[in-house]
This record gives sequence, C-alpha cells and structure tokens, in this order.
Amino acid sequence: MRLFFKNKKITSVLSILPENVVLFEDEMENYNFSVNQSLKLKSVMGYNKKRVVTDGVTSSDLCILGLEYLFKEGVINKAEIDAIVFVSQSPDYIMPPTSNVIQGKLQLKDDIICLDINQGCAGYIVGLIQSFMLLEQSAINKVVLLNADVLSPKVSKKDRNSNPLIGDGASVTIVEKASDESNIYCSIKMNGVGAFSLHIPAGGAKMPTSEETAILIEDSHGNLRSKNHLVMKGDEVFNFVQAEVPGIINDVLEYSKLHKDEVDYYLFHQPNKFMLSKLADKIGVDRAKMPANIVENFGNASGATIPINITFNIADKIKESSLKVCFSGFGVGLTWGAVIMDLNKNTYIQTINYN
Amino acid sequence: MRNKVILLLSEIRSEFDFNQEVDFIESGMLDSFDIVSLVTSLDEEFGISINGTDILPDNFCTIDAIIQLLSKYNI
Repeated sequence: MRLFFKNKKITSVLSILPENVVLFEDEMENYNFSVNQSLKLKSVMGYNKKRVVTDGVTSSDLCILGLEYLFKEGVINKAEIDAIVFVSQSPDYIMPPTSNVIQGKLQLKDDIICLDINQGCAGYIVGLIQSFMLLEQSAINKVVLLNADVLSPKVSKKDRNSNPLIGDGASVTIVEKASDESNIYCSIKMNGVGAFSLHIPAGGAKMPTSEETAILIEDSHGNLRSKNHLVMKGDEVFNFVQAEVPGIINDVLEYSKLHKDEVDYYLFHQPNKFMLSKLADKIGVDRAKMPANIVENFGNASGATIPINITFNIADKIKESSLKVCFSGFGVGLTWGAVIMDLNKNTYIQTINYN
Repeated sequence: MRNKVILLLSEIRSEFDFNQEVDFIESGMLDSFDIVSLVTSLDEEFGISINGTDILPDNFCTIDAIIQLLSKYNI
C-alpha cells in the first residue's frame, strides 16, 4: 500500500538507552555451541555488546525519562502535545494502555489522544504513518511518537537464536505540522500468514502463562526456551526479509521518483550485520549509506532501532545540511515498510542513558 | 574448487568429514548459523556477494549443490 503525506516533519529524535551493558562473551557459555563457532557467529552477525535494562525497568520508564528530558531542554512543552502514539510489544500492562499511563504520570492535558500500537521491528514505520495521519486533523499540531521495547526479560538466556541480539531501548520522535511543501512517500505491506515466524506463545488469551508454560524445552538445535519466551524462526525471517524488503525499497523509490543515489541515507531496522549487508548488496546501495552498526553497539531494540540508528549515525551530519532519508522496518507481523522523507538541517537529535 | 569448498567447510565445522556423500543439513553437520558463516567465507574467498534469496538449505546440502550455486556467480 502506497501512502503520501505533505506538510509534516520530524523535528526531534531522542534515543533513551539503558546504561547497563552486556557483552556477547558474558553469555557465550550459555549457548550449545563451541567457543570457535560462537566467535565466528559474533564476527559474522556483528554481535558485540547490547544495552539491557536492570530488573523492573519497563518501556514506560524509558519513555517518561525521555519526555522529561525534552521538557527540561525546552524542546517541547506539555501543553503542545496533542497526541501520544506508543508503539511496543512490551507494554507495561495488558490494560490500561501504556500511552495513557505515560500521559497520567506526566500530567499532560486531557485534550489529547493516546494510542497504543502493538508492533515490532516495523514499529517506527507504522508509528510514523499513524502520526502523519493524526496530523491531518486540524486539532492536532504535534504528535509524540514513542517507540519502546524491553524484550530482554522475554528472551531465554540459553537461546542463541535470539538472546545475542536482543537489546532494550526507547525513542521519542516529535512529528508536527510544517509549512514547507516537502513530500513524504510511504510503502507498507503486511502478511499475517507468517505471523508466527516471530512470536511469544504464552501470555495472551490463547495460552495464559502457567507453571507449565515456564518449563524450558530444548529445540532441535540445542536452544532452551519456554513458551513464555520469544521464538524467532531465524531461517523464515531471513528469507522473508531478503525476498520482500528489496521490493518495498524499489517501490517507494519509484513512488517518490527518486534514483537510489539521490537518497543520502538508508536507515533501516537492524536485526544483524549479515542481513543488512546482504540487503545493501541486493538493493545496490553503497554500504556506507546503510549503517549496520547498531546491533554491535546496542543490540536490536525492535521498533526503536531506526531512531537509535538516526541518533547514532547522523546526529553530526544533520547539523551541516538537510538529508534525504529512507527508513525501512521489517519483522513481526509479518510487516515490512519504508518511508522516504527529508530530515531538515538542525533537527534536534540526541541520545541519553537510563540508569 | 571442490577442495577449496571442503576446506572452508572444515574450518567452520572441523569435527566433520565433508568428503562424505551425505546431506549436510539433514545429517546435522551444518545448521543455519553454519550456512551464514559459510556464505561469508565464500563471499570473501571468491570476491562475490551471494544473493540473500539464494541462502536456502538446498543450496548448501552437498558439495555439488554449493558448486552449482557458485557457478551462478561465474565461479
């Protein structure tokens, strides 16, 4: 599905990263792998270190710290926030919505709309599209898009498919109306037939958690996980990404009538370095234009990886000039999408730590 | 070529003999992470970039399958 927007812009992107660092080597002995294989895996996939929360810290904690920081910095004030879009797979509660909890804790005005969206690796794309749609309303001038995931407690430490790459993190993106005429092109697709390529079996109505769902079971590759843990069918996800993502990038480029070389940066969700490198080669983009350094420095924080990619890789460059960027996210759902838009010179881009 | 591929496989899983006429995947000699490691080794050794959509078990289950895959890249 192609979507088009005008007169909207991103004015701020803030990443909030847990201060706690876990090294790949710290957890290597948990995996049913030789040391040699593990080190090879580390090199090929780009596993190195990741940020994870300490016990009890949740997605809303990261978001609230980020918003309080922006209030203190004078980037936005409370009265300006007309909508909160909270995108996560790790909400604080099944009910109420975490966006309402955040609104309440920050004592924001009640003339506001708060939305929770359950999305994962494509959560930044879905969140941006939702924010742009809200901004079509005359009553809404500024939207706070929150992407946050604290999935480390949902991953088995003895699962080498998932544990080495999963990190925690959050971002606050301020999206608002703009007087300039710059165009925003989006392309997004979903396929629920593949919904269980990435899933957590227990914890919802279909399979409530119990003593039984907490039992660790060994899979055919020697990974140990329970039904309360994240299951990632790596082969299926890899094949899906390689088969579908190049097509959606080509589609959004065609829609925008841009040649791929006219885009300054391809800021993608980052599951691992290998997958990104293969994508860059397939799309025919210089790897320097598609940073693949987020997993090795912070881990994969699901929907927050694209904003973390922004704050880690272009914070300095945006001070020099405006940039034409292509965002792309792909994963849970299955969902895959891309957005081409401008990031204006001096957009506020910052990273803070949560301790 | 055959010997080079066997050498690369042996570097990844030194405990196995890759001269055997068996299906490397079905017999458990290679798993998906080994395939990823092998792709990286083949890319570096032959100066190619194996397409992501070619990274399927069928293309890595025997020496002949791997050689056939490499032939697509004029190796």
